[in-house]
Order: sequence, then C-alpha cells, then structure tokens
Amino acid sequence: MSTRGETLLWVAQRASAALLALCVVVHLATMIYAIQGGLTAAEILGRTRGNLGWLVFYSVFIAAVVVHVPIGLRPVLGEWLEWRGTSREVFLVALALVLAVLGMRAVLGVFG
Amino acid sequence: MRGHPGHWAFLVHRVSGVLLALFLPGHFVALGAALEGEAAMDAFLAWTDRPLVKFGEWGIVLLLSAHLAGGLRILALEFLPWREGHKTMAALAAGVSLAVSLAFALALTR
Amino acid sequence: MTQLRVRVWRGGADGGFQPFAVPRQASQTVLDAVTYIQRVLDPTLAYRFACRVGMCGSCAMTVNGVARWTCRTHVDKVARDGRLEIAPLRSLPVVRDLVTEMRGFFDKWSRAEGVFRGARSRRDAFERVAPRSAQRLNVEAGIECIGCAVCYASCDVVAQNPEYLGPAALNRAWTLLNDVRDVAQAERLRAVAGDAGCHACHSQMGCTERCPKGIAPTASIAGLKRAAMRALLAGEL
Ligand code: SF4
Ligand code: SF4
Ligand code: FES
Repeated sequence: MSTRGETLLWVAQRASAALLALCVVVHLATMIYAIQGGLTAAEILGRTRGNLGWLVFYSVFIAAVVVHVPIGLRPVLGEWLEWRGTSREVFLVALALVLAVLGMRAVLGVFG
Repeated sequence: MRGHPGHWAFLVHRVSGVLLALFLPGHFVALGAALEGEAAMDAFLAWTDRPLVKFGEWGIVLLLSAHLAGGLRILALEFLPWREGHKTMAALAAGVSLAVSLAFALALTR
Repeated sequence: MTQLRVRVWRGGADGGFQPFAVPRQASQTVLDAVTYIQRVLDPTLAYRFACRVGMCGSCAMTVNGVARWTCRTHVDKVARDGRLEIAPLRSLPVVRDLVTEMRGFFDKWSRAEGVFRGARSRRDAFERVAPRSAQRLNVEAGIECIGCAVCYASCDVVAQNPEYLGPAALNRAWTLLNDVRDVAQAERLRAVAGDAGCHACHSQMGCTERCPKGIAPTASIAGLKRAAMRALLAGEL
C-alpha cells in the first residue's frame, strides 16, 4: 500500500485506540457494576431503553470498533497467514461492514 | 528475537486482539437477541448462567483488559517522551489487566 | 576453567558448527577467542573486525543465540559452562563462516534517505544549531550508531519482511530529519513511511534491547511515525 495510505491507517488505528481506551474503561466499569447479583433482561433494558446518552456512547464505541478491528487484523493476516494484496483489503472492508451492521443492530435492539 | 519483555507484550497484545475480533461478532449477535424481546434475551442470559460460560466471560474480560493495557503501552511508547522505564511498562500492563479481570471475577461470583 | 569449548559456524547458509578448544584467559573477549582460532587453530576461518574498541561496527556476530559486538563482549558475560556458540548475524546472507553480506543492510540506509542533503556551500557561513534545542537532542540520542547491524539482526520484523528498512536505517533517517541544515525532509518522510518503513515496526524493542551503543531505534521510529502523521495531516506526504 502507498505511503499515504499506510500513514492514514496508522493514524486511524491510534485515534480509534484512544477512543476505545475510554469506551472500554466505561464499558468494563458498567459491567462490573451491572453483573452484581446477576443479570436479567428487564434490568438491562430498563437501563438502556430510550436512553439517548447511552445510544450515543455505544454508537461511538461501535464506530471505533469498526475502524480498529480490521486495521488491527491487517498485519496479522499479512505476517501470520501470508495474506496480502487486494483480496485481503476486500475481506477487511467486508469485515468492517459486518461489524458495523451487527454492532448497530445490537445497539438499536437494546435501545428501542 | 524472543523472550524479552517487549516480545511478550507484543504477543499478548496480538493474540488477545485476534481472539477479541473473533468474539465480537458473537457478542453483537447475542445482544441483537434483544430485538426478539425480553424472553429471548432472558433465555440467552439463562444459558450464560453456567460455570463454563462464566469462566469464558471472565476470560474475555481478561483479554479485553490485557489488550487495553498493551494498547496503552504502545500509545505511551509512540506519543510520550521516551523514558528508560519501558521495561516496567510491560509488567505494569500485565498488572493492570490482572487487577481489572479480578475485579470482574469478584463481581461475577457474587 | 582453562579451556573454552567454542562451536563456530563454518561454510555458507547450509554449513554447520565446528568445535574448537580455546585456552581461557583473563578479560578475554569473544573476538579474542575467534582470533585465537584463526591465528592458531585454523587459518581458513573467515571473520571481520577492525577497531577492536567498539567504534567500527564490523565485528558483530551471534553469540549463544544473541547478536553482539564481539570486541566489547567479555567471555565471562556470555559463556555458559565454558561454552560459546558463535554464528553469523541473522537476517543477512552468509558469505562464509562468520562473514555476512552487509550490502543489503547499507542499501537500506540510502533507501531511507539516510544521506545528508544540505544547501550551503563552503563559501557560506556555518549554520547555527542550538546545542540544547529539542531537535539537536533528538539527533544526540541516535547519532552514535556504529552501523553494526546488531539491532537489524535482533528485529523480528526484519526477519519476516525482507523489504523492511529496519531499525538502523530508520534511526539514521530520524537523526537527519532532526538536522535543521538538511533540505530533503519531504523526500525522506516519503521514503520512510509505509509498510516497508516505520509503520511496519511493532515496537517490540528487540533492537533497543540489544543495541550496544544504548540507542533506542524504537524511539526514533516512533518519532518518524509522528512526523509522518503531521505531514499527512498538513497535506505534505
Ligand atoms: S543502532 Fe545500535 S545496534 Fe543498530 S547498527 Fe547502530 S549501533 Fe548497531
Ligand atoms: S522496535 Fe521495531 S525495529 Fe526495533 S526490533 Fe522491534 S519491530 Fe524491529
Ligand atoms: S571491531 Fe570495531 S566494533 Fe568491534
């Protein structure tokens, strides 16, 4: 890939990483708080349904994941599986789309 | 060159990242079950309420916190002024991730 | 211990180890042991050295599995039960015995724009460089490189990706990027960014761990990544 493209991926990976660091800390703290005394659907959905701040937070979280996962897998595929070239990039873009669709479906499902 | 702290930090970061990438789609699909209503979600939650799955959940949290700590190490290496303490950073990363996952395990068993 | 048992790589890439017994001496370096073998036991042994005092960078070998400058490495420090295993550096083609082909290594320095390009002639006045300026301190941290390729042989990314410029060439590019007299910075950044350049580095720090001059190529490479980012965001890459 080109010099610019590779640099752009690096910037995107670091930016999404910084965002994810915040999101993951919040997410983990929430989970540790939430699972005390077990989980029920009513409890989870009671917290999330119609909660706009929650919706925004998790949408941002998903967006960062969609950027971060494919870029992170890219060198792994190259170095461990010798998979480089166009087919790899197509696969990674497809993966990003799948993550985006599944992720937003889950967020909207829990929100609405 | 193998076996020095930097190499271990790299391996842990890479392997945890790959495993998390594999876990995420499943996680999203499971949460998407909420689309089918509370009953479907409760059925899923009931399934998760067994020791093996709980252990798995704890593993995921360990992976997540390990990947987080490793990522913070890289961000610090690349963006903060260079310090001699980079070896302790790998150890610090391990410590932080262990602490977080222990907190989770504690909450899980209560 | 009066005898060192030394296994030395003989032949090319498909060669093998040959055992020698070398008398143990006080303050003996690994290079002393190799030199003893060549002078006394087998004059056909091929190896390189020049300065013997850690300045020329020609004597690096793999000693008990670790890349080291042999002239400044004491046998005391590295021998295990009086045994040494000495092989050529990893990731470089073996010419014969302990001698590796260094051309590819240094070609990468030029590919990384590791050459000073100034604009002044000898009729111009000297450029003033403030000794404590941030840029000059960056240069300071990386400039003492002796080109020994210990870092290069210790890097897993080099071992996996033959195109990767490697820690030494990138460290050199970083010292020049911080040289205020140099006028080829845009070309240099284009040469070092990308997946054969600084973005291939995993910050594993094998190089930094092993550099005998205490240089941290990982830090220099991180500097290049930041510089590439700034250039990209400014539309100059
Ligand atoms: S950076 Fe260090 S290890 Fe690498 S070539 Fe220079 S002196 Fe040798
Ligand atoms: S820090 Fe980068 S250049 Fe140095 S050994 Fe690791 S991957 Fe190679
Ligand atoms: S012989 Fe010159 S550095 Fe070792």
